[in-house]
Amino acid sequence: MSLITYATGFQPSAETERHPVGTQAARPPQLAPSRLPRGGILFGPVALVAIWELASRIGWLSPKFLAAPSTAVLTGIELLSNGTLADHFLASAQRAYLGLGIGVALGLGMALAAGLSRIGEASLDGLVQIKRAVPTLALIPLAILWLGIGEAMKVALIASSVLVPIYINTHAALTGIDIRHVELARSVGLSRGAFLREVALPGALPGFFTGLRLAVTTCWTALVVLEQINTTEGIGYLMNRARDYGQTDVIVVGLAIYAILGLGSDFAVRFWERRALSYRKALAS
Amino acid sequence: MNASAHPLHLPRGHAPAAVSLREVTRRFSGRTVLNEVSLDFAPGEFVALIGKSGSGKSTLLRALAGLDDGVDGEGRISVPQDRSVLFQDSRLLPWKNALQNVVFGLRGADADERGRAALADVGLGGREDAWPNALSGGEQQRVALARSLVRQPRLLLADEPFGALDALTRIRMHELLFRLIRQHRPTVLLVTHDVDEAIKLADRVLVMEAGRIVVDRPVALAHPRLKDPHFEALRGDLLAALGVSDAV
Ligand SMILES: Nc1ncnc2c1ncn2[C@@H]1O[C@H](COP(=O)(O)OP(=O)(O)O)[C@@H](O)[C@H]1O
Ligand SMILES: [Mg+2]
Repeated sequence: MSLITYATGFQPSAETERHPVGTQAARPPQLAPSRLPRGGILFGPVALVAIWELASRIGWLSPKFLAAPSTAVLTGIELLSNGTLADHFLASAQRAYLGLGIGVALGLGMALAAGLSRIGEASLDGLVQIKRAVPTLALIPLAILWLGIGEAMKVALIASSVLVPIYINTHAALTGIDIRHVELARSVGLSRGAFLREVALPGALPGFFTGLRLAVTTCWTALVVLEQINTTEGIGYLMNRARDYGQTDVIVVGLAIYAILGLGSDFAVRFWERRALSYRKALAS
Repeated sequence: MNASAHPLHLPRGHAPAAVSLREVTRRFSGRTVLNEVSLDFAPGEFVALIGKSGSGKSTLLRALAGLDDGVDGEGRISVPQDRSVLFQDSRLLPWKNALQNVVFGLRGADADERGRAALADVGLGGREDAWPNALSGGEQQRVALARSLVRQPRLLLADEPFGALDALTRIRMHELLFRLIRQHRPTVLLVTHDVDEAIKLADRVLVMEAGRIVVDRPVALAHPRLKDPHFEALRGDLLAALGVSDAV
């Protein structure tokens, strides 16, 4: 009689030993895919870059059509070392984050006003819903007439596009507050001010973070278009000029920077969110 | 007035009622859910309310808690100002740790100190910093119990507080509740669907049916109640009043 060692590490009982060696309870089929190993999501992007590089090397992809990743990396290093990239990058980052800051502040203020007072909701909610239905880009002509073609117009438009996801998500979280928590607050005789501080605002925080994650991507999206209007600085300007000269490598560098900034911003917000909402970790100790 | 001012041996029926209801009626969309309920609870009395699901127990409790504004109805209710509600779900705020939940809404410089003592009372001393998500169901309900009792209420309103707990945890919670309320002797209304729980803990058992109190029985058994020779008879009566036979 031989003992069977099971992969799961349990000792065969007398019951299983009576069966022929190798018999094992049939495992139910695995229905959901198991979790990806760490870094597993990088497989797709890495594979794409590898195929792209290969296609460029063997001549399927002409540099006129799309530069090879390796060429783009070299161009990027060159732009970085001669300082060009830093200037354009700073100009873009300043617009994006100034617009983001103003938009987040406005969106949050409006969400609080609408979520916590009836008159606020009556005045603001409809307006934001209408604003949401109008694409930001459709506001460009009016914004140019009002604010000119300079920085103010660009920052204002970025702020107005950022405001929407912040408002919508924070407002939804404020109005969707758990009625049972309201009841609890009433039963312990909480004042309205304390209720806002201790229940309403912490309860709305997850919604605010959802909005913020959308907002950090939105601010860069708006930027791409706006940097095609009357600028001599910014990643968008750099890419547009590269198009005129047919420099696909510079265009790829610009795209890579947008991707890095978008991912980086998202990562930063998620990091902050995890810390602020650390109570959510359900680690039964 | 402090709840501890009611001594244990206070003669029942002679003190002014701690809770009184007169012809209290409540309706939901025209359907009568509480039908002219009149009741008096003596100070420090432990009353259990049992009844089929939907008979109106929670509606009665919410009326006493003052949590039913907007509900159609009439009648007179007199309850102490300082009352606590213990809900079936522990209803802890997930973004507050155990101690912050216990002292939620509690004022005074010594609030934290009292909160720590209340947590220690329910056997959670040292877990002040734990997030609710990291606590088991029984532990969460103990935090909720500490939150109710740290206020030293004169009336404790508990709506199936142990209904979601496993049988063993529930037995421990009975013991804990029984011990803790002896410290300050609040008047207690415990809504439960568990007849044994009602007999075990209460001085008086009410059975509700279709919005009316149909049985009002004192529990004159010695502790431990489950060992009292008259336990089975009372249990049988109450089950019969609920329309349940205990044949198996
Ligand atoms: N907020 C409400 N709106 C409408 N109907 C309700 C509401 N609360 C309770 N009811 C109804 O009132 C009846 C009694 O409910 P409840 O007091 O919760 O019963 P119990 O606690 O005894 O199970 C039920 O039929 C329930 O559907
Ligand atoms: Mg109920």
